[in-house]
Amino acid sequence: MGVNGKDSLIHPSIDKVVVIEGTHAASHAVKLARVQVIAAYPITPQTGVVEKLSEIVSHGDLNAKFIKVESEHSAMASCIGASISGARAFTATSSQGLALMHELLHWAAGSRLPIVMVNVNRALAPPWSIYVDHNDSLSQRDTGWLQFYAESNQEVLDTVLQAYKIAEAVSLPVMINLDAFVLSHTSEPVAIPKQELVDEFLPPWKAEFKVDPANPHAFGALVGPDAYMEMRYKLFEAMEDAREVIRNVDSEYSEKFGRSYGGLVEEYYADDAEVVLITSATAVSTARIAVDEMRSLGFPVGLAKLRTFRPFPVDEIRSLAQRVSKIGVMDRNISFGATGIIYQETKAALYNAPVRPKLFGFIAGLGGRDVTPETIKEMYSHIMNNDTPESETIWVGLKQSQKS
Amino acid sequence: MGQIKYQLPAEEILAPGHFACPGCGGTLAMRYALKALGRKTILVIPACCWTVIDGPVPFSAAGVPVFHTAFETAASAASGLKAGLEMQGDHETTVVAFAGDGGTFDIGFQALSGAAERNEDFIYICYDNEAYMNTGIQRSSATPFGAWTTTTPSESPKAENKKNIIEILAAHRIPYLATTSVAYPDDMIAKIQKAKEIRGMRFIHVFSPCPPGWKFEPEDSIKISRMAIKSKVFPLLEIFDGVDYRLSHEPAGTPVRDYLKMQGRFRHLKEKQIEEIQKTIDEEWERLKSKLVSSKRTRQSNGGPLAKERNLFHVKRGEALRKE
Repeated sequence: MGVNGKDSLIHPSIDKVVVIEGTHAASHAVKLARVQVIAAYPITPQTGVVEKLSEIVSHGDLNAKFIKVESEHSAMASCIGASISGARAFTATSSQGLALMHELLHWAAGSRLPIVMVNVNRALAPPWSIYVDHNDSLSQRDTGWLQFYAESNQEVLDTVLQAYKIAEAVSLPVMINLDAFVLSHTSEPVAIPKQELVDEFLPPWKAEFKVDPANPHAFGALVGPDAYMEMRYKLFEAMEDAREVIRNVDSEYSEKFGRSYGGLVEEYYADDAEVVLITSATAVSTARIAVDEMRSLGFPVGLAKLRTFRPFPVDEIRSLAQRVSKIGVMDRNISFGATGIIYQETKAALYNAPVRPKLFGFIAGLGGRDVTPETIKEMYSHIMNNDTPESETIWVGLKQSQKS
Repeated sequence: MGQIKYQLPAEEILAPGHFACPGCGGTLAMRYALKALGRKTILVIPACCWTVIDGPVPFSAAGVPVFHTAFETAASAASGLKAGLEMQGDHETTVVAFAGDGGTFDIGFQALSGAAERNEDFIYICYDNEAYMNTGIQRSSATPFGAWTTTTPSESPKAENKKNIIEILAAHRIPYLATTSVAYPDDMIAKIQKAKEIRGMRFIHVFSPCPPGWKFEPEDSIKISRMAIKSKVFPLLEIFDGVDYRLSHEPAGTPVRDYLKMQGRFRHLKEKQIEEIQKTIDEEWERLKSKLVSSKRTRQSNGGPLAKERNLFHVKRGEALRKE
């Protein structure tokens, strides 16, 4: 488990180790990244991020403008304005707030601005829910944002720092997702790296293009059918390039700070496994326990942690597919009229692959429903006991009376 | 004020070759605004006629940087842009949100109110052509009572009054508000130059006739603008801190009928409706007059602080709070 950093709280790069919530881990990272403009609107369970940042900025620990906007929509618009001026910008939101931002997410990516946003994954209403699932961020799939999913509070902090480096390298915005309450409101030990080392890793952003009265240009003006497609191709290419950048930045981070997250995918006992479960975020930690227990009983099970959803780790999943006979995907989301979203994407990634193992798609943990080691073991058992899935979506943990 | 001799800044920052219709009030507004603002200006333009007027990629007529932003985000994008410049040590460049009435009165209103409440340090210029003109003349909340648009056809013209954006913004107590018209370039340039010297949120409301949308000949743009002012349809005002009202020009009070008759969008109006419009204008003017009178009284009893001092007060209040 050396890879996940939890047992590496002693490293020369560490300034101090603090016990903090996931939201505060994000705030500390923003301070370390020397963000210049923050614009945010409060929403449960993101509030810790903005409260801590308000303190940090008010105390003068971070020299930044914090615009306390009147909506998430304006939060993203202000970040876009700040970023086009050449300033490093940050916001944080959750669920409904992210949905409200939707139009501006396209605007940020289309403007090729390296904005970084923390999204606390929370189920969408109605009915009202403040608990975790991933439909909020996965609904933003096609906006041109990179998407990361964090497993621990340490990973939240580390990924925000990596995110600025990646975003500024590929000129695309990055969203870092963490599970509502399971991370956002849970305190864990987090290593805070030394500021001077972060400064070396993440020097100030020098925008290649920005609004500048000395060099006046129009940004985002009308284009005809003769140019729009090329601009979209450039964005597509940048997202493709991001794969290698993510891997390199993770390696560089590991060298400097002693913590790595495997780039786009981290495998856990997947090398000699016959059955592998793909999942993301905090369910990965739970799945690690399930795998440990099942391995101790002799079951050849493994795990693949999806760290990024955009870009989708197609190569990593194809490589996995060559080694195992069956793959399960646990989706903490549902696309109505289709299946779990990561299941769809996994399937699509494998369609043209030379080897295509059987795929099992599980839906679990919606709206904060507990995902326990037992939930995960049920998935492994189902895969091991069936040659093919009984249906395209296997709901796990659904109350029996509700099943048709 | 027609008699006052004045000189406009000679430099033309707005280039010819833009995409505006002939007689466009919104384009004259930009031309004069840029003369007043100078080249050290950044424009934030949401969806509006100016999205098109500035020209398609790779052309830009404005002569200063333009950031095209989403329809409802002029004020919020400008807030962030200004903050970004400040953080990079640029305290000189003037950030200007330049938006139509739809982007100001309607879809961008929430962001505008938010920025006004926060007293963000930029100038918001609304060129008001009283409908969604870029999409082909649909009613907005800036469309006046009785007007035809494609969504308020002559059989059922707009039944509601124009939203009083100035009163709403005055209620935010922003440092400077002004209304102006492309028919009076001296008034417009003086007000924008004054706005440029003030810190905090400044709002300039420009009455901007639209020949295709209002149905009149392009050569009548200025004439119609003048008539709007003379008939008290559009008062030329300054409001300091949302409370201190000053009238820039005492209009003659010509009948509104003459103004309405020049425009096809009012062609269907019956005499009774014209009388109703006249009555509303007279009533509104009385309300405005009482505000002007009470402002004057307050100024006299306070010894009349100048705008510059008041502006310093705004800035210092924030600094003092932070120190406490």
